[in-house]
Amino acid sequence: MELMERYLALVGFGETGWGALLLSAAAMTLGVSICGFLTGTVLGSVITFMQLSRFMALHGASWRFMALRWLADGYTTVLRGVPDLLVIYLFYFGGSAFLGYLGGFLGYHGFIGMPAFLTGTLALSVVSAAYQSEVFRGAFKSVASGELEAASAIGMRPWPKFRRIIAPLVLRYAIPGLGNTWQLVLKESALISVTGLVELLRQSQIAAGSTRRPFEFYLTAVILYLIITWASSIVFRRLETRTLRGTRRAL
Amino acid sequence: MDFTFMGETFLTLLQGLPLTLELATTSILAGGILAVIIALIAVIGGPIGRGFTQGYVFVFRGSPLLVQMFLIYYGLGQFRPLLQELGIWIIFREPYWCAVISLTLNTAAYTSEIFRGGLQAVSIQQVEAARACGMSGPLLFRRIVLPIAIRQALPAYGNEIILMLKATALASVITIMEITGLAGKLIADSFRGFEVFIVAGAIYLAITFVVTRLLMIIEFWLSPHLRMRPPSLT
Repeated sequence: MELMERYLALVGFGETGWGALLLSAAAMTLGVSICGFLTGTVLGSVITFMQLSRFMALHGASWRFMALRWLADGYTTVLRGVPDLLVIYLFYFGGSAFLGYLGGFLGYHGFIGMPAFLTGTLALSVVSAAYQSEVFRGAFKSVASGELEAASAIGMRPWPKFRRIIAPLVLRYAIPGLGNTWQLVLKESALISVTGLVELLRQSQIAAGSTRRPFEFYLTAVILYLIITWASSIVFRRLETRTLRGTRRAL
Repeated sequence: MDFTFMGETFLTLLQGLPLTLELATTSILAGGILAVIIALIAVIGGPIGRGFTQGYVFVFRGSPLLVQMFLIYYGLGQFRPLLQELGIWIIFREPYWCAVISLTLNTAAYTSEIFRGGLQAVSIQQVEAARACGMSGPLLFRRIVLPIAIRQALPAYGNEIILMLKATALASVITIMEITGLAGKLIADSFRGFEVFIVAGAIYLAITFVVTRLLMIIEFWLSPHLRMRPPSLT
């Protein structure tokens, strides 16, 4: 009991508690994950377009579409095969070097650090785009070809066909996969702590360092992460049932 | 782009390759054994076993590996007197073993779900057919259930192996100098992020390429029934 009280004093909202800081750090984790995920969705759909340009085109496949597809396939292979930590290092140090180079033009020759939040968003979006494009591609493959033919048959041009038929169907099939990718992004956001962004893990590190109670703080971080992942799995399950309204399923 | 620098980088990073491979193999093997145990508890352990394994999987899949690593490496350091008394401080003192332990526990959670899926995908007809032939218990498990389960679980398990290879990079955060650790140090020293990234990324891609080819060979070898039959000679 005494142990529990000491623990609550440490992570609670009292005078010596770190509760408020930990919660705002959890909000930062959520913020950087959401920004990274959404940017990744945009980037991922562009890559899917490149991969599927064959299907989208009015005329047959040509070498230009082949080149686009190879580019997109290369992107997903590389980004899914390289550790995320390396991507974060690339954006952090590479970005800082680039900013320093730009600064050189303007006559400033010091070190310009890459903003940590921007680094995090960029790294998360670039990595999750690779995963999301695979999800979208798989979802597009499960759209029945009859639906696409029907849309063309009643005279829909490519854009209305995309907006009214393809996008809603792809989104419906993609939601479970997107849920997995979101969980991945959420867990990856912990790696951003190496750039000094004060998210949940970094805040726990700071608290652990200043109180010398690493076990309690990392345990709290684990619990907070579990709460976030659990809550988001519920949200995605709701979304899935919502998009499945009006469909009949065999299983 | 500076190719001499990239060559030097390549040689430096190669020194981290054995450690990366060692971390990955140790934790994949240990995690695989643990995962088999967990999957079996989940399948035959009844409601209590199911609840326990669900809890284990929820905790290790729901939180980032890096936090788990910190909890084991830094967090358990807080109980040093107790661990010294138990004689296991020698393990938790070393960042290498802490990385191996956290990678193992983490991959066991993912892998046990893959194995459980494989076991539960074995169709009841096949088990019934085996029973009808007079097999039961361990013999039935060894000859029928396990081979089918392995075959069904292999593609997903292959993905998990690749993910583990990439996850060993996190060990660099707790001071282990494997490929990513060396790459991070090189980038911080030379400020040439792009070149180092290309070289380190190429090494990881090469490992992944070899592993996926090996897995494809194993998959081919395990599924003779899906291949075209050679024309009969009659």
